[in-house]
Amino acid sequence: MWYLCAFFHRLLDYRKPEVESLAHLFGAFHDEYQNGDVSYHLQWNLPLHHHPDSPFHFVNLPSEQIARNIASRSILVKGMYELWGEGGSYEELRDSVLSFVGEGKLPCLESGSTFRITVDSFGKAISLKEQMELIQGFSYIPFKGQVKLKDPDHNFCLIVVDNNNDGANNGLPPVVQKRLFFGREVGAADRKLLPTYQLKSRTYLGPTAMDAEMAFLMANQALATPGKLVYDPFVGTGSILVAAAHFGAMTMGADIDIRVVRDGRGPDCNVWSNFKQYGLPMPVALLRADNNLPPWRPGLKEVFDAIICDPPYGVRAGGRKSGGRKLLKGTVAPYVVPDDKRNGHIPSTGAYCLVECVHDLLDLAARMLIMGGRLVFFYPVLREDDSSENHFPEHPCFKLICSSEQILSSRYSRVLLTMVKTGPYTEEIAEAARVKHMEFKENHLKWLEDGNLHSAVFSPSNAQLTEEAGDSKFLKDPRPKYRGKYV
Amino acid sequence: MRLLTHNMLSSNIKGVINGFPLRIEAVKVEEKTVEMNADLLKNMFQKIEWKALIEASRAMGYTGLPEESDFSLLESDEFLSRFHHALLELHLEEGALVCPESGRRFPVSKGIPNMLLHEDEV
Repeated sequence: MWYLCAFFHRLLDYRKPEVESLAHLFGAFHDEYQNGDVSYHLQWNLPLHHHPDSPFHFVNLPSEQIARNIASRSILVKGMYELWGEGGSYEELRDSVLSFVGEGKLPCLESGSTFRITVDSFGKAISLKEQMELIQGFSYIPFKGQVKLKDPDHNFCLIVVDNNNDGANNGLPPVVQKRLFFGREVGAADRKLLPTYQLKSRTYLGPTAMDAEMAFLMANQALATPGKLVYDPFVGTGSILVAAAHFGAMTMGADIDIRVVRDGRGPDCNVWSNFKQYGLPMPVALLRADNNLPPWRPGLKEVFDAIICDPPYGVRAGGRKSGGRKLLKGTVAPYVVPDDKRNGHIPSTGAYCLVECVHDLLDLAARMLIMGGRLVFFYPVLREDDSSENHFPEHPCFKLICSSEQILSSRYSRVLLTMVKTGPYTEEIAEAARVKHMEFKENHLKWLEDGNLHSAVFSPSNAQLTEEAGDSKFLKDPRPKYRGKYV
Repeated sequence: MRLLTHNMLSSNIKGVINGFPLRIEAVKVEEKTVEMNADLLKNMFQKIEWKALIEASRAMGYTGLPEESDFSLLESDEFLSRFHHALLELHLEEGALVCPESGRRFPVSKGIPNMLLHEDEV
């Protein structure tokens, strides 16, 4: 069945993947499984004359129950509607609504039921008086039930899309023609979560704590639900696991910085207290471990249902791995800890380049995720790379199912990658990972220089260095301020 | 640190072949009640090294687990609640995990095992 899906007009690249992941979670692809052909994508359609970045999309879902489940768990779905009619003018809308014969129609018209009609607009403001007139205009629908403004049985919504007025177009290219939708609401997102979990009220914060909205989107991509075990190898203050725990998953986290995982800022301001603050179950485990040399016992595999993380890319926070600064720099012979100083020795750590970090992450995920388990992580991309195709990390055990970009500055953006484990972790794959691990270790310095994202993001741009900067500025297309993908 | 975590960890020092199971030196053990999830336990049961769990629970002062285990035991509520208690409710707050081969101590403080290796162990 086709539903009208109205999104909040933000994080455009994240909207469809969220709905598709939740569709997976609520069993929308169940039939496809039986045919042996796993599907991760839904059918989408755009309303007439709408831009792909428009907040309005039509989506095909197997049942109203699934549509409702998706909408109420989502973060970015403003409303999911059974469409009763649409048109370019109120006359067209009227004809369309009157000829609508969906199965959901008759029960809503019965006496004894309660209903409400609201007006929503995109691209223009409609005064309350006008709204009243518009609502009364629907008197042609033979409602026999009572109007009830608070908690009615059926919510109806008139959506007016008209962003063709002078300049005020919400950053979208103007819709060629005004469009009207009328539909019955099937479900909507619970955005009250966001003020509850917003970072400014979080007790323990780090410099790279994940924004609550994004953390919930990540947890949705990872299909976090009760009974699942979710792991974050770069847990920090736990901001991603908090979202997964909210959806009922059991959580486990590791970090190389012991001050963050063990101490925090005191007994009531640490990773544990961040869970306690929201009444969430505590993580099953927090430990200090190095993602480069994870301490999992040999033979342990397929224990996590999902791995969610924001690896250190070396822009705001750099990764560290064990082995010692000096050894890694190659300037000093291997450091041996004297026997009398072994207890209480604080090992130094060396820089951990992104390429190696991502390699280790994929290897760990390939081994430790169950089949069908999800790896969800951010990967940074330089925006100046003119190559039209992005090169995301790949692994023989994983299938990339979606990538969502979030632009961070004119220089770089981060992309949320969602991968599904589709192949077993074989001995050959493990061996190849060991070889690669040694290669990283031997050529540590070379890798550090090659993968230095920090300098690419912060070095002065060439345009400012050259004398003819003025001319070249005119030649270069100004980068669109609008953050959508297609503009 | 719960015994579930203990059951997953090993000493990964360079050259150490049998780094599992880590011997527990318990200084402070706490018990925290958590809600039982039978499905999760049954799922975890397949992945647990039973002998290591028994030894660890004894080191923590709990002797309620049977010596041998097999899938038929999962039908028993009594067994499930004992398994649940050992796996998820016993916490090692202070102490150490000791590598069975090299004797290296990995300290556990405030419930957090510190598994980071020294420079010459990598």
